[in-house]
Amino acid sequence: MSKQIPVVDYLVLGDSPHLVAHECTSCGARFFDRRNACAGCFGTTFKPVSIATDGEVRAFTIVAFAAPGVAVPFVSAVVDCGGTSVRGNIINTEPDPDHVKLSMKVRLVTTSIGTDDDGTEAIGFGFEPIS
Amino acid sequence: MASDDIWILGIKMTKFGKHADKDTVDLAAEAAMAAMADGGVTMADMGVLAAGCLMGGGGLGQQLQKQIGQTGIPVYNVSNACATGATALRTVIMALKAGECDMGLAVGVEKLAGAGLLGAGGKPKSDKNVYEPSGRYGAVVPTDGRIGTDNMPGVFAQVGMEYGHKYGGATFELFAKISEKNHMHSTLNPLAAYSKAMSLEQIMGDMMIAYPNTRPMCSANCDGAAAAVLVTGAKLKTLSLEQQRRAVKVSASVLTSDPYEEACQILPNVNTLTRRAAKQAYEQAGVGPSDLNLVELHDCFATAELVHYDNLMLCEEGGAVDFFNSGAPFRDGARPVNVSGGLQSKGHPIAATGIANVWEVCHHLRGEAGPRQIEGAKVGLAHVIGLGSACGIHILEKSAA
Ligand SMILES: [Zn+2]
Repeated sequence: MSKQIPVVDYLVLGDSPHLVAHECTSCGARFFDRRNACAGCFGTTFKPVSIATDGEVRAFTIVAFAAPGVAVPFVSAVVDCGGTSVRGNIINTEPDPDHVKLSMKVRLVTTSIGTDDDGTEAIGFGFEPIS
Repeated sequence: MASDDIWILGIKMTKFGKHADKDTVDLAAEAAMAAMADGGVTMADMGVLAAGCLMGGGGLGQQLQKQIGQTGIPVYNVSNACATGATALRTVIMALKAGECDMGLAVGVEKLAGAGLLGAGGKPKSDKNVYEPSGRYGAVVPTDGRIGTDNMPGVFAQVGMEYGHKYGGATFELFAKISEKNHMHSTLNPLAAYSKAMSLEQIMGDMMIAYPNTRPMCSANCDGAAAAVLVTGAKLKTLSLEQQRRAVKVSASVLTSDPYEEACQILPNVNTLTRRAAKQAYEQAGVGPSDLNLVELHDCFATAELVHYDNLMLCEEGGAVDFFNSGAPFRDGARPVNVSGGLQSKGHPIAATGIANVWEVCHHLRGEAGPRQIEGAKVGLAHVIGLGSACGIHILEKSAA
């Protein structure tokens, strides 16, 4: 099997792909990026937490123009995954307001983004509607 | 007038639109010289200069001085996204309040005509095609478009949709109606980049940029500048009665950044900092939302205008849709919003915007707005927000003199 690499370091691949966040041990705030300190309480200790893979669409837009290499139109959304907000695209459905709705239930799925010159495949993620 | 009050003595915006034959310094000079002439003063009277030009690199203030007067005064070149103009104003006000001088000049300028939509650009990776995690998310490819969107029409579309998710009623048609209102208002503004009315059908049927924002629902990129001369109450007392009569009181000047809240690093939260700024501004000014005769708020997209009705407390919490449907924010309504045409038609030369909206309010408070005059206007509010985020609010009051 060829090598795989996650599109971002907070995506964990394997049998049950999911996202991980840095959770502030003082106030519980969750962040997906590399941290210097907590934006909420200024604490400096974090622990990794797994984020629920099922969620609800809290906001979305259908973007018609993007940088080269990005297929349009695509749906960008904010998904509430068990109380943690996650940013991602809504995929595996038509990108139009008849198929994408506020409060729609979705689940995290992975998707291939491409393969580099060394044969490593980049794996991204998105959310698909739970029918 | 109390000695420690701050007043706008002179203020001017240029025509917004395409200025192919002028550079940013030309436009800034035009606005600055006109603002000083409006106030009956010159560069010799200025004790401080704050200048902003977001896209033009640094040093606008000194470049401007070299064209309109090098008097050796301190220059602050400021940069605060779409709140840059408000930040320049605020910087001068702080210098005046600190007692460093009694008069100062704030200038904002931008050249954007033909720049396309803000934030739509991506950063392509280098030539070599080998995935290598980089940045704070360890990303192997640009995340814009692959993990949600960074583009401004899309970000603000989600801001409006989130409001709809929370309170309901925020349909594509409603957002388009907000845009229809602003385009209708713009027909009375000769300085607007676009001053044509558009029907709801035209707006909804135009090119979709980021659902539910179509092209006319997005702020118009254009060139333009605006400048203001600020003065202390103590100094104003020494000036002519005519200068005192036309001076506009700055009853509140507030700048905030976004406080931490869950999700604010996922989708920028433009609500928290606007609400905080509004609360502080109303307290400073000793007025409430129901005292406002007009409001110029940051309608960078139609979806943004809706949430700011609520954030500026022009309506009950959650009541923005009803507020719009009641007709209140129309120019003949109870709380006229964006009678200039707003950023969607007047245009949005970024660093100029936060002074141009103050000019619009002053224009009405002085009773000089001609056909678009809001009769009897005594109190107005100007609001801007820049993503990142920064929010500037100024409350202005007609001179009692
Ligand atoms: Zn914390």
